[in-house]
Parts: sequence; structure tokens; C-alpha cells
Amino acid sequence: MKVYDLPDSGGHFGPYGGVFVAETLMAALEELRAQYERYRHDADFQAEFAHELKHYVGRPSPIYHAKRWSARLGGAQILLKREDLNHTGAHKINNAIGQALLARRMGKRRVIAETGAGQHGVASATVAARYGMECVVYMGSVDVARQAANVYRMKLLGAEVVPVESGSRTLKDALNEAMRDWVARVEETFYIIGTVAGPHPYPMMVRDFQAIIGREAIAQMQEEYGRQPDVLIACVGGGSNAIGLFHPYLDTDVRMVGVEAAGLGVESGRHAATLTQGRPGVLHGNRTYLIQDENGQVAETHSISAGLDYPGVGPEHAWLKDSRRAEYAGITDEEALAAFHELCRYEGIMPALESSHALAYAARLAPTLDADRLLLVNLSGRGDKDMATVASASDLTL
Amino acid sequence: MSRIAAAFDRLRTRDRKALIPFITAGDPGPGATVPLMHALVDAGADILELGVPFSDPMADGPTIQRSSERALRQGVTLDGVLAMVEAFRTRDTSTPVVLMGYANPIEAMGHEAFAARAQACGVDGVLTVDYPPEESGEWTGHLERHGIDAIFLLSPTTPAARIERVAGLARGYVYYVSLKGVTGAPTLDLDDVADKLARLRARIALPIGVGFGIRDAATAKAVAKLADAVVIGSRIIKEIEGSSEENLLENASRLVRHLRHAIDEVSVS
Repeated sequence: MKVYDLPDSGGHFGPYGGVFVAETLMAALEELRAQYERYRHDADFQAEFAHELKHYVGRPSPIYHAKRWSARLGGAQILLKREDLNHTGAHKINNAIGQALLARRMGKRRVIAETGAGQHGVASATVAARYGMECVVYMGSVDVARQAANVYRMKLLGAEVVPVESGSRTLKDALNEAMRDWVARVEETFYIIGTVAGPHPYPMMVRDFQAIIGREAIAQMQEEYGRQPDVLIACVGGGSNAIGLFHPYLDTDVRMVGVEAAGLGVESGRHAATLTQGRPGVLHGNRTYLIQDENGQVAETHSISAGLDYPGVGPEHAWLKDSRRAEYAGITDEEALAAFHELCRYEGIMPALESSHALAYAARLAPTLDADRLLLVNLSGRGDKDMATVASASDLTL
Repeated sequence: MSRIAAAFDRLRTRDRKALIPFITAGDPGPGATVPLMHALVDAGADILELGVPFSDPMADGPTIQRSSERALRQGVTLDGVLAMVEAFRTRDTSTPVVLMGYANPIEAMGHEAFAARAQACGVDGVLTVDYPPEESGEWTGHLERHGIDAIFLLSPTTPAARIERVAGLARGYVYYVSLKGVTGAPTLDLDDVADKLARLRARIALPIGVGFGIRDAATAKAVAKLADAVVIGSRIIKEIEGSSEENLLENASRLVRHLRHAIDEVSVS
């Protein structure tokens, strides 16, 4: 059996990944790489991480059989990996805890983070409060305006939220600004990146912290169903919840589908379908697929879900696409909203708009398959944060 | 001999240090750049650094970010920047021009296509901020084949082994980032710069330019005592930002003449 062992020592997944940053950041990344390499095989570190995931996050997250919705769709059975039940309501906390524990061991008292929808910002502010660290969250001013509840949440948790006014004033600009902060205050600062993107070792490290999702799923599926699912489905913005589910399955034959935001439809040009519509390039410290114009300027993206509204994607997804180990598809705002409402009505579960993209793909696939097939969808977050957006899509204001 | 090496040779024989102003190509407008380049040379610039605007300038502070955004709003592309250098070369065949920017616009054009076109337009050096030496093997080969110097950054945190790696790849000069942070950052510790430059000189034979944090005649003069070249970026961009179309050339020239005068009070020996 072929054993998947990427990235290489330089952080490359085939032609993707790597370390594409200015010299001013190289020493900090090298320190992080060396420290992570030390602790990723350290039994005490891993034991503390496991303890926190169990007692603070509430893991393992269950796998739930969405029977009524599956019956309505008519076809394959839809199973949900309930990351929405984690403390803070999304998978983001898994990684934030892993990086905060590493920051503590490295003696860093200050953590910084970038955020789009605010879920990673909330997770970072949460762990900073939990471990007694100073926390600064960079957030594009457009996102600050459309995610007011999460901004307030972060402030309640004691974090400082810095609105970013440069560029398109969204997630990618928040990431630029966090990098600038890190360069200037690198001795005391740990940068908690929220997704499987950025320079090495981030894509590998975030993946390792999120891989708990897939490892649990393998054990739970064996125990409860006596077999593994036929298809894994997860939404992809940067791609951390998808990699978390996919990675432990890479050496199996299980089919995997990453679902990107097709926004108003890919033909409209207003989308965030990086892998299906973009071209390889270099942004935020790694080589990967990017949504860009013909001159290599990174384009502005659109998705109803702020968490998927990003012009890049994790380099490991770029490699999984090229090597055909995973498939990638697009779901529009409208399709995601329909799936959001369906899950509310048929299962009493309000999914995040990000996760609703994965659900919408499952709803498209399920009727084409027999009733004994199993689709495992990563329900990466809960949808309370999205109520205002959903209401406004129905021409309501709360 | 490359134009960059020739420029440093001339300076050495005249007992002078190099003044390298940085401007963003296409800021405040595409038509302003070539006249501005000539004016900077007339005011005493030895080498010109021309920033290629990019949508996500991660290593730059707010001043240079804004200049990049102004240029992009007016549709300035890498191809357009190369055309500006070509136009500059019709009148000035001796002043070296170095492009400074990010990898993605170059990758969109293609390494080989870029290197060939840059050579044809009269570009002498290229500094790609987000290509560290680890990711530069194939890239510097393209530049070398087209007679273009690969300029690299060194920082206060670069360890000895990496300095040697950069020394093996760098051509023309190296650019020492004199403080931690982004372009336009506030403070400069001159004693620390002196210590670090001594460490670099033990391992690198190329001239060393120092930039980041140089804002006035006094810091320019102090840095000129230590380095082979003084790079001024954000301060000039601020001058451009504060100028009208009418007094832009005059204001930029006055600033560069002023810095030139300060630097020339320092002799090489």
C-alpha cells in the first residue's frame, strides 16, 4: 500500500506549499518548524492536547445519522460529523488549542490571529483567555461590519479586534496585516493561523491538529456501522475542516469531495471557487491555486459565507486535486441556503453557511446513489452566527 | 560588467556612497513614473528601485501599500512597468534600474518570458520579496541567463548559514533590512546596524545597501557611514503622496538632493 507522507522537509506537497515569505520572517518560521517538530512527537504534549480536546472542547464529536433528511432526499444515507457541537461551535477550536499549547511551550505570551467570519478569531480569543495570553485579532473592516456578533464575542473574551482597512478589507487583507504584526513583534508573539494555508509548517501543523476529526470518524464508523463511509464531503475555504476529515483517510479507497463556494455562480465571476476556477500562484507564503487576474493580481472573491470567501486554498488541497486523490466541486449561495433551511426543518440542526455548502453537495449526490451507501459530511460549524445573513437573504431584518 | 557593478565601481573611484530611492511604478499615475525617474537621477540618485504594484504587499507598511493601491486602481501591470523602464532607457542608458516586487505577477507572466522581456527593456536587477533562497533555484537561473542581477534581502535575524546561502545566489548588491518590521517602520538602532553589517561583510563580497527606517538626512548620513548604499522608500512615497501634479517632480527632487548632500558628507575611506 502506498503510504502518504507529504509534505517534504521544505513543506512541499508536490509543486505546492513551501515557504514564500520575506527574509524578515524566515527565522521565526524556522524556530516554529523546529519547535513543532520537537513537540509533534512529544508524548506529554500530545497527552495534554488530547486532555484539552476531551475536557474543554467536549470531544469526541458524535456522528449523527440524518435519517429524516436522507429519507426525504431518497437515496444514500447522510451521516454528519458534528463539529458544530464543539465548544465555540466549530472545528476551529481544535487547531487553536494545539497552537496555543505550542505557544506556551515556546514561551510566547502574546497570540495574534486573522479571521474572516470570526470563528477562528473567537477560537483564538477563547484559548488566549483559557491560557492567560494577550490576544490581538485582525479582521477586515468589511467582515467586522457583517459579523458584528462575533466581534463582540471576541471582545467579551478579552481580545483586541483590529479592523483592517487595506486592500479588499476582507480575510486576505487580515492575513497580510497579521503577518506584518508578526514580523514586527516576533520575539513575544505567536501567530495562530486558522487554516491549512500560509508558509510551512502551518499547512502541516494545522492539518495535524485537525486530523482528530478523521481519526475519530474512522473509529466511530467501524464501531457503529462496521464499515467506512463511501464518500467524505466537506466544505473548502482555506480547507482545514476538509483536510482534518480527509487526511486520516488518504491511504484508503474512500472517495472524498471538497466543496467550494461558487457564490453567484462561477460564470458570474463572483465566487470563491479557487480549485475549480483558479490557477497556481504564490500568496500568503505558499504556492497554491489562486483566484487572480491575468496580470497576477489576486482577485476579490464572493461567497455568502465569510469563512469560504478567500482567494487561495491550502496547498495540500491543490496537490490532492492535481493527483486526483480528492475531487472538488462548487455550490452556489442559493444552493447552500436551501440546504441550510432543509437541515433546520428536517433535523433540527442549524448548520453554519460554510458547512451548508457541503450539505448541499450531499443533497445533490444522495439521490443518485442506492440507499445502502453512506455519505459522511463534516458539519464543521453551527449556524447561529449566520442568522442575520440568512434573514437578509430572505429580505428580513432581525 | 553589469550596470549595477559599474555604478558601484564609479562611486568607489569618486569616494562616494550610493543613494537608492524607491518609488512605486505608476504612483501617483502611470504617466508620472518616467519623468520622476529622470528627476531622481538628476537630483543625485545612483540606482533606482522601482516597485511593481501587487494586490497583497505582505512585507510593506501602510505608506507603500497605499502607493501600490493607487497604481493598481489605475490599471498598472507588470507589463506596463517594464514598458516604463523601456521608455526611461531611451534617455538614460547608464543608471541601473532594479525592480522590487512579489512573486505572483512574475509567475503569471512566466519566469522565462519575464526575464527575457526585462532584459530587453533594460532592467538590471530584480528583488522578489517572497522568493527566499530556498525557493529561488530555478528563478535565479532564468535571471542569470538574461544578465539580470538577483537582489536578495538579509535581515537582522538571518543566521550565518543562510547568509552564506544568499551570498552564493546574490548578484549586484544585497539589501539589508535594517530593522524588524515592515517598510516605513519607525526606529533604527545604528549600533546594531554596525554590528550586523560587520557580520555580513565577513561572508559577502557584494556591496551592501541598507533600507527600512531611513527617514531624514541625519539617519541617511549615519547609515552611509556604515553601508555601501542607502535605500530610501517610504519617505519618498510620502513626499509623492503630499504633492500635487504640478510640484511632484520639484518636491521629490528637493528631498533627494537633500539626502544626497547628507550622504556625500561621508567619504568611503
